[in-house]
Amino acid sequence: MTARRQAKRGRGTLEFADVGHADDGPLLKVEDLHTWFRTSRGTVKAVDGVSLSVDQGQTLGIVGESGSGKTVLSRSIMGLLPVRDVVRSGTVHFAGHELTAMKPDQLRQVWGAELSMIFQDPMTALNPVKRIGRQVTESLRLHLDIDRAEATAMAIELFRSVGIPSPEQRVRWYPFQLSGGMRQRVMIAIALACAPRLVMADEPTTGLDVTVQAQILDLLGELQRERHMAVILVTHDLGVVASRADEIVVMYAGRIVEQAPTRTLFSDTRMPYTRALMDSIPRLADPSGVRLHAIAGRPPDMIHPPRGCRFAPRCPYVQDKCREIEPPLRTAGSPDHLFACWFPLVNGVSTAPMESAGAGAPPTTPATSARAPIPFGDTAINPDAEVQSP
Amino acid sequence: MPDDRELAETHASTGLLGDWVPGTAAMDELVVSRQSESLDSDDILVKKPLGFLFWFALSWVGLVVLLAVIADLLPLANPNFQNYSAINARPSFHHLLGTDDLGRDLLSRVIYGSRVSLIVGFAAVTIGMLVGGTLGLISGYKGGRMDTWLNAGAFVLLAFPAIVAVIAIVAFWGHSLYKITIILSVAVIPLLYRVVRASSLSFANRDFVIAARTMGATSTRIVFREILPNVIPAAAAFGLITVAGVIVVEGTLAFLGLSVALPTPSWGNIISEGATNGNLQVNPFIMLWPVLAMFLLLLSINLIGDRLRQRFDVREGLL
Repeated sequence: MTARRQAKRGRGTLEFADVGHADDGPLLKVEDLHTWFRTSRGTVKAVDGVSLSVDQGQTLGIVGESGSGKTVLSRSIMGLLPVRDVVRSGTVHFAGHELTAMKPDQLRQVWGAELSMIFQDPMTALNPVKRIGRQVTESLRLHLDIDRAEATAMAIELFRSVGIPSPEQRVRWYPFQLSGGMRQRVMIAIALACAPRLVMADEPTTGLDVTVQAQILDLLGELQRERHMAVILVTHDLGVVASRADEIVVMYAGRIVEQAPTRTLFSDTRMPYTRALMDSIPRLADPSGVRLHAIAGRPPDMIHPPRGCRFAPRCPYVQDKCREIEPPLRTAGSPDHLFACWFPLVNGVSTAPMESAGAGAPPTTPATSARAPIPFGDTAINPDAEVQSP
Repeated sequence: MPDDRELAETHASTGLLGDWVPGTAAMDELVVSRQSESLDSDDILVKKPLGFLFWFALSWVGLVVLLAVIADLLPLANPNFQNYSAINARPSFHHLLGTDDLGRDLLSRVIYGSRVSLIVGFAAVTIGMLVGGTLGLISGYKGGRMDTWLNAGAFVLLAFPAIVAVIAIVAFWGHSLYKITIILSVAVIPLLYRVVRASSLSFANRDFVIAARTMGATSTRIVFREILPNVIPAAAAFGLITVAGVIVVEGTLAFLGLSVALPTPSWGNIISEGATNGNLQVNPFIMLWPVLAMFLLLLSINLIGDRLRQRFDVREGLL
């Protein structure tokens, strides 16, 4: 009996390996993903042309404030959004599958087994009337074809690995008997039950207090290293991803505005929005009573996004050009650092002409040469010597 | 101590502390009992006693059902045997509840009469729940065009004055036990559909349903494994209350002579007989017993339904 099951499980792993072989590129490759919602007020362009990729074992952080489209992006990648009144275009390659072209029952084979999700609010993401053990064993039995006793044993093992004390007793508990942190551990156990290759964690610690946050994130990182899985960590908090992501994508108004390996992003921030996000992190060194930095204004209306750069209305360094022409995502220096800004920051200083100096101020920075006529369209190139078009 | 915990629970849930002073011995005890991490899950579930009334109601329903089931085994008189030497007899040792104007034993008639009420009440709601409940579950989760049409259909049926429609159908189709049951079950389908659909709809887009989807669960699995367990308490409570309603409607039909044919007793037609031929003046017991039995049964069913709903109400704010 056990032999048969092992054979089945073995076959499962074999298919797994085959898929891995067939696809040598990144584990997840999203290209030009658009997700629009048709509403009675107009079309909301929640995700508007996002491309990114994640390698096996890597952590990608997606950062942005509320309403920047990060949650929609993660759900859109998974294909979780309803079909009605949602327009989705672009491609999502995952482990040899093209997720955007898959039918619901094909997606179900991938969901849970290879691609799973950790939800934001562990209070609502667990079924309140089912024992937590059941909630884990159900997906185990669904994907691994094992009997109840075996699944329960695995669930206990999983609970132990996510740091739930006395898992033998706790499998019989209901969610309301657990604290928020414990529930999030259960959520993680459910998401990791079938050893997925990619886990989407959508603000996994927002509902938890700071000490528990750190525990949960450390746990996630530990499990990630053990299992060599990829993680997409969606958050509004740069501090959360700073030490945990290999690469960070900063989103604003449905688009990527800056993307770089974590170290580069923090040491060589180019996009004023990213800078503003960093500045808004409260600092321990600040004396008490110091005002926190906030970004003035609100994210734009996604039905009628502003012409030109979407951050322009809130940008402290905004120029006329920013309001007219949308900056493309381009590189400068290192090829894996992308940003969308006409006047990127260099060493924390804007390359835009100083506003206070007035319009007649003599050009003092190289970026002012960008005011010279430039070709329109996607190939718009800033003649700034240090910046090159991708 | 259980009383203290219950009290604290009530205060915590209502947000009113009343004359409760934080830090009193009882409160400290509560805190300690919460903190000492007992791993026995039943110990942590703070159970509110169901109360004397609940148990009284449950016993009454249990007794009525039991008597109806084992009526044939009891040393009861034939409910249709007319004893002309004991017409309109008062309650006595021979006839515990007395006899009616034809000398039939009232205890026997009330017990046999309960069969009709119970069968019609529970069977109609069971059928209605199977059909209406299933449709409601699916339509609430799936939404879309099917939901729109089913919902519109339910509204059309609900707009009909049910009792008039039922009387009309019974008048044309006939009134055997199973026909009455079918007709009444059709009458309650839209009601149960609406209630279950509303409940299902409120769970359809909850995170745990989406989470189940991300784990690869099929729609069927989500509807019956994730949503159904959440819907059951509300549906069961409402179903029980509907049983009470159906029993009343059956009684009404019987009173109008449109339920099971005489002389088969049913509570409705005993009441009807008790009210005619001047019986109410001569022998009010004929009417009293079935009315009393039905009144207590309906009250009990409603009470049980309500208590169960309270009991199984998932209190997410319990933390």
